[in-house]
Amino acid sequence: MSSTALSQISMPFLMGNSLNAWSEALVGFNILGLPLGLVILAAIPLVFIALYSLTYGVYGERKISAFMQDRLGPMEVGKWGILQTIADILKLLQKEDIVPSSADKFLFVIGPGILFVGSFLAYAVLPFSSAFIGASLNVGLFYAIGIVALEVVGILAAGWGSNNKWSLYGAVRSVAQIVSYEIPAAIALLCGAMMAGTLDMQQISVLQSGSWGFAHFFLFKTPIAWLPFLIYFIASLAEVNRAPFDIPEAESELVAGYFTEYTGMKFAVIFLAEYGSMFMVSAIISVVFLGGWNSPLPNLGAIALNDWTNGPVWGAFWIISKGFFFIFVQMWLRWTLPRLRVDQLMYLCWKVLTPFAFVSFVLTAIWEVYVP
Amino acid sequence: MSEYFGNIKTGAVTIATGMGITLKHFFNAIHRKGDAGVDDVDYFRQVDGLCTLQYPHEVIPTPKNGRYRLYNNIEDCIGCGQCDRACPIGCITIETIKVAPDDLALCGKTSDGQQKKFWLPVFDIDVAKCMTCGICTTVCPTECLAHTPVSDFSEFDRSNFIYHFGNLSRLEAEAKRRKNAELQAKAQAEKEKKAADALKESKGGE
Repeated sequence: MSSTALSQISMPFLMGNSLNAWSEALVGFNILGLPLGLVILAAIPLVFIALYSLTYGVYGERKISAFMQDRLGPMEVGKWGILQTIADILKLLQKEDIVPSSADKFLFVIGPGILFVGSFLAYAVLPFSSAFIGASLNVGLFYAIGIVALEVVGILAAGWGSNNKWSLYGAVRSVAQIVSYEIPAAIALLCGAMMAGTLDMQQISVLQSGSWGFAHFFLFKTPIAWLPFLIYFIASLAEVNRAPFDIPEAESELVAGYFTEYTGMKFAVIFLAEYGSMFMVSAIISVVFLGGWNSPLPNLGAIALNDWTNGPVWGAFWIISKGFFFIFVQMWLRWTLPRLRVDQLMYLCWKVLTPFAFVSFVLTAIWEVYVP
Repeated sequence: MSEYFGNIKTGAVTIATGMGITLKHFFNAIHRKGDAGVDDVDYFRQVDGLCTLQYPHEVIPTPKNGRYRLYNNIEDCIGCGQCDRACPIGCITIETIKVAPDDLALCGKTSDGQQKKFWLPVFDIDVAKCMTCGICTTVCPTECLAHTPVSDFSEFDRSNFIYHFGNLSRLEAEAKRRKNAELQAKAQAEKEKKAADALKESKGGE
């Protein structure tokens, strides 16, 4: 039994280059009838979120924001402040875990959990490589859009449970914002789904592979794909409460929004959820419009760049790089634009993004039907 | 309708411009902003680059004639106590002991040749209270009290802010006090004796 398990676990690195080979090998990996492989399968994105939040999410954002403002950022803990995040985590671990006496204990405690689970569940359908996906659902994209709505419940639970005006304001704003922005976001993604003809995230990626690299990406396949791409990017900013749509946690107005009352590890979990959803939307936009794990490099005659840079391991590199690029753009926007007012936010959603999303939807449909 | 599209256009253009500016700053973060002062012609041109000064490691020097921490050169202090009286917040504490006549040479002179007539067992300056107004330095007759260019003297303990400048240890001060008391007692005894002698003489004269 153990020998078969060993052969299965070594398989991905030796021979598994076919679609979902690694994840299927993990699914089949059982010890004494316990589905250990499934646990590992779920743990990989979790470890990824934790590592990326620690390094790129917290330290990277602090450094990038500092450089954009002509500052240096953290410099004291370790060389160039590299260990700053570890110091922060140690501080958060030692902090007293306060539950306000007048808070709704159950909602207060469960809020960050729902929030994190909501952003983490979407990782099930993110193809991290051509050989790895948590769950190869045939409705993957639909699931990803739908499950994110669970975050709203977590935010509302956290904000309402805190029994604090600022928290409640933040939560209500956040819910209004996320529910509104889901419409243009979903329609924009639908354009991508129309181009692919499937909702399977892995299939969407496969359809964008080809020897010309980036030319096969949906963003460059039709002359109007940039519009849903842009709409989804803007809407995704609002969905993950990033600036300029960070009114749910507007520091200057609402202290910290729905997580004002949180301390210690609950606070850390909320932040982890936030960074988790940041990568999640970036990965979704990469998969739907920018080829997911496909290499953007084209084959140039004898220099077969595309062939050299494709494969399961390269795929993981490419999708993580693409995701990180969009996270960089999110940070870049955060330090460029001021926060929108609530009515401006709704104006942008209902009067600008939604009509344009419909227009791009119709144009994409026409293109897909009439242009061969 | 044209206003609607105009707004969208303005939004797109301004966002692009803003992002361009931010990105320029991001890439310029590899070098420091220049060191040109206000007097330099290039002062307003050096807009890009890091401007953080990592304070404890990098310091802009304070001017040589900067007036921050109060310092007393006790060698020149004659113990007149004018600074104590002049100080608006009373951050200076002075105790003096008169110098016995045979100690005058030991006590010495100030650098401009004035004979010091007081020992100073206590000359305490509470630099935490001091607001660097400089009134004490203007009234000081020997100019021994001065503000120095030292500007960073933070402490972990509040009591460390009381700087002691006195020139006698506690034991020495005790000895000087005893000596003064003895001298005084001796003088008193002589005075009484003289008075008694005078009384006796006047009585004997009758």
